Amino acid sequence: MNMQDKGIRAWLRAEDVQSPTHAAIQNLWLTWCRFAENPLGVFGLGIVLLLVFAAIFVPYLAPYSPFDQNLQAALHPPGGEYLLGTDELGRDILSRILWGSRITLSIIVIVSIIVAPIGLLVGCFAGYYGGWLDTVLMRITELFLSFPSLILALAFVAALGPNLQNAIIAIALTQWPPIARLARAESLSLRQRDHILAVKLMGASNLRIVLSHIVPLCIPSVVVRITLNMAGIILTAAGLGFLGLGAQPPTPEWGAMVSTGRRFMIDSWWVVTMPGLSILIVSLAFNLAGDALRDALDPRQE
Amino acid sequence: MTPPLLSVRDLRISFNSLSGPFDAVRGVSFDLGREKLGIVGESGSGKSMTGRAIMRLTPHAATVHAERLQLGDLNLLNAPEKTMEHIRGKRIGLIMQDPKFSLNPVVSVGEQVAEAYRIHTKGSAAEARSKAVAMLDAVRIRDPERVYRMYPHEMSGGMGQRIMIAMMLVSEPEILIADEATSALDVTVRLEILNLLDEMVSKRGLGLIFISHDLNLVRHFCDRVLIMYRGHVVEELKAGDLDQAAHPYTRGLLEAMPRIHAPRRRLPVLKRDPTW
Amino acid sequence: MTHTTVTNAPAPRKRLSRKRYSKFGKTLISVATTLFLLVVLTFVIGRLMPIDPVTAVVGPDADRATYLKVQQELGLDQPILQQFGIFLSRLFQGDFGTTLLTGRPVMDDIARVFPATIELATVAIFLGAGIGIPLGVYAAVNRGRFADHAVRLVALLGHSTPIFWIGMMGLMLFYANLGWVGGSGRVDIYYEGLTPDITGFLLIDALLEGDMDVFWSAVSHIILPASVLAYASIAYISRITRSFMLEQLNQEYIIAARAKGVSARGVIWRHAFKNIRVQLVTIVALSYGGLLEGAVLVETVFGWPGFGQYLTNALVIGDMNVVVACTLIIGCLFIALNLISDLLYKFLDPRIK
Repeated sequence: MNMQDKGIRAWLRAEDVQSPTHAAIQNLWLTWCRFAENPLGVFGLGIVLLLVFAAIFVPYLAPYSPFDQNLQAALHPPGGEYLLGTDELGRDILSRILWGSRITLSIIVIVSIIVAPIGLLVGCFAGYYGGWLDTVLMRITELFLSFPSLILALAFVAALGPNLQNAIIAIALTQWPPIARLARAESLSLRQRDHILAVKLMGASNLRIVLSHIVPLCIPSVVVRITLNMAGIILTAAGLGFLGLGAQPPTPEWGAMVSTGRRFMIDSWWVVTMPGLSILIVSLAFNLAGDALRDALDPRQE
Repeated sequence: MTPPLLSVRDLRISFNSLSGPFDAVRGVSFDLGREKLGIVGESGSGKSMTGRAIMRLTPHAATVHAERLQLGDLNLLNAPEKTMEHIRGKRIGLIMQDPKFSLNPVVSVGEQVAEAYRIHTKGSAAEARSKAVAMLDAVRIRDPERVYRMYPHEMSGGMGQRIMIAMMLVSEPEILIADEATSALDVTVRLEILNLLDEMVSKRGLGLIFISHDLNLVRHFCDRVLIMYRGHVVEELKAGDLDQAAHPYTRGLLEAMPRIHAPRRRLPVLKRDPTW
Repeated sequence: MTHTTVTNAPAPRKRLSRKRYSKFGKTLISVATTLFLLVVLTFVIGRLMPIDPVTAVVGPDADRATYLKVQQELGLDQPILQQFGIFLSRLFQGDFGTTLLTGRPVMDDIARVFPATIELATVAIFLGAGIGIPLGVYAAVNRGRFADHAVRLVALLGHSTPIFWIGMMGLMLFYANLGWVGGSGRVDIYYEGLTPDITGFLLIDALLEGDMDVFWSAVSHIILPASVLAYASIAYISRITRSFMLEQLNQEYIIAARAKGVSARGVIWRHAFKNIRVQLVTIVALSYGGLLEGAVLVETVFGWPGFGQYLTNALVIGDMNVVVACTLIIGCLFIALNLISDLLYKFLDPRIK
């Protein structure tokens, strides 16, 4: 070890750990180091952070309001005062994309917030308790799993009515089963572990074991899985928007922008290309970051 | 003196691991004639790697150097891959440890033996098939026609090893390398397989390199023994002379073996000196 | 020492068939339960509408009597369990109700549009597997080198691209700009309706009639949407193939094969690939299901008169009979695909025989 390791670096690399928190933080640091070795992953993370930044500071970043129509400047090609061009109603596409990032981000965040706890709880309870609870829960999960997520989401949105809120609910409904299945697999192997048996011998109730012990141990793989699924969520949301089943116009949702731009596609390629590229880039970023995260958390020889 | 079948001088194999280069084999030298040569060592002594290196089957990450690696008149060190493909099976054969894993699970065993024949000899499929059946018979498998059609998972370990031997001998190589060939077998089956190997080797005049961790087994089966420790040969002697071994490691191995005719209260623990 | 001959392997077991039948029975029950739950789910979806379905038919200004009459006609005045029973019984008769748009039975419409989607998906799966599998093998064999990274990048892009957008880009480039392929629809407009509907698969029907003009027009129209559809499955299939191949190439029998003198190519295809063939078949079967999902979007972009377009049109106007019927059919298809791939796996793998 370097003799001149200063304060924080020394603390992070120390062999002797002073507390569970110290160990946890060291683990996080090591994971970050492994993650950072992957340039594509860092690139992906950078774009994700850019997305978050854009979504938060969009009022200061966007040159125009997303709803301002200027029919004289309709279908203006990229360049000049309209960096990415304008659509058929003269609205600046760059501003609409930036405002649309808020929608994309909120979809991702809300879906993840809904899906993670439900998936975790269903999976962990099913895996730990086993028996009829497992059978019932898994039957339901498999039912949703055996469905293509887009079609199921379509059906739900059609039934509930096309708006952003229902789209989010519909997507969440199709995304919790893979998480539940993953959590169940993890808890099935975890419940054999010695330290779980030890806690049981100490008299912990089953409920306590599941909630305080099994669930926290499943969290890392669930986080990775959600990150990997995010690209899929973005694509599904864009698909719903494209079919007119997500946020309704004039809201600048990226999929809906591609859909409305279809008519002008041949002569004004930017109306369709720009929002589509945004979807592609953000999706790609999440895929890259998710892959790198999975490799960092589980360094096998792949 | 007849020239050796195989000549190895200063064989070195190293791996590039995350914490720097690791030398698995550090300067191994020996000659092989028409004899049974045993290579004995613990796991990690480099004995398996030596066997693989002779056939140029070391893993991708391994770097192989040697002063000489000569098969009769052919230099194995820089022979092109096509040449090596001709040599493998035709001049050198390799018998691996566990037939459960070393046989292709989705191809019938007879087919696998026939393939070994077909690669090196031009001929019809029927010819290869009859050759394979004949070979199965030669390794003492009863009802070879029926066994031909069986799959590896349907047979016992002993039978699987016979298949392996058949597969590697069907193209009539000069040298056979047996890498822990009996280690996965029950003791009784082990003796049968050793008998079979003995018969095959002496009948065809092959050179056999028998790699094992079992010193007792090797001393009774082989003509000459090489003791390997941490990548190099610490001692080389005739199997019959083992009791007069000089090197402390070999002596340690001999002392550590339990003896049924002269029981001791405590078996001595093997000492390992990094300078060996 | 004496020689002992080897004992024979045990005679082929006939008792296995009984075990197989009970396993088959278990699978059947499991499939039946999932099917039943699927029906329940679609029923629930159909009844989820916040809009009153009666009002949707009679309009908001209808008087009480008309409302009650229509409600009775639709069977919505009865308790929910009974409604479910009627739903079930109608299902068994293949009666999905009528569409809002034309009043025709939904079943007829579906029978008409389904072959178009199957044709599209089948061409796409041939492209997807035909390109994806070799790519995966290539990547595995060249692991860590440039080729491997290139293939992984292509796969990654396939996972990240919105399929409807790439379809549009493709149309713009290959149709509008370069004129290499046909535009929307299954054939050029002046060929429409010319070929009799024997199988419903235009490519086959045109060949049967010997109508080469129509055939080539159909080819030029199907190639782009099928390629776009195939793109996502290429990503998935190549990734899985690569992973399977890597797993095999690490096995002992590969070293034994090389020790026999098998060439590198022989090792890859006659040994490693042979071991993953069965798993690949199941993967391809499952991918087929994913294609049906992508078809929904692709058909809208390309104006392909198939199942997907039928569903999306119904979604826009809120035609729940159609939505329920389509959801049910796709769900059944997926369950069937899962079952088939399971059975294929068990049937083809000699280790399980």
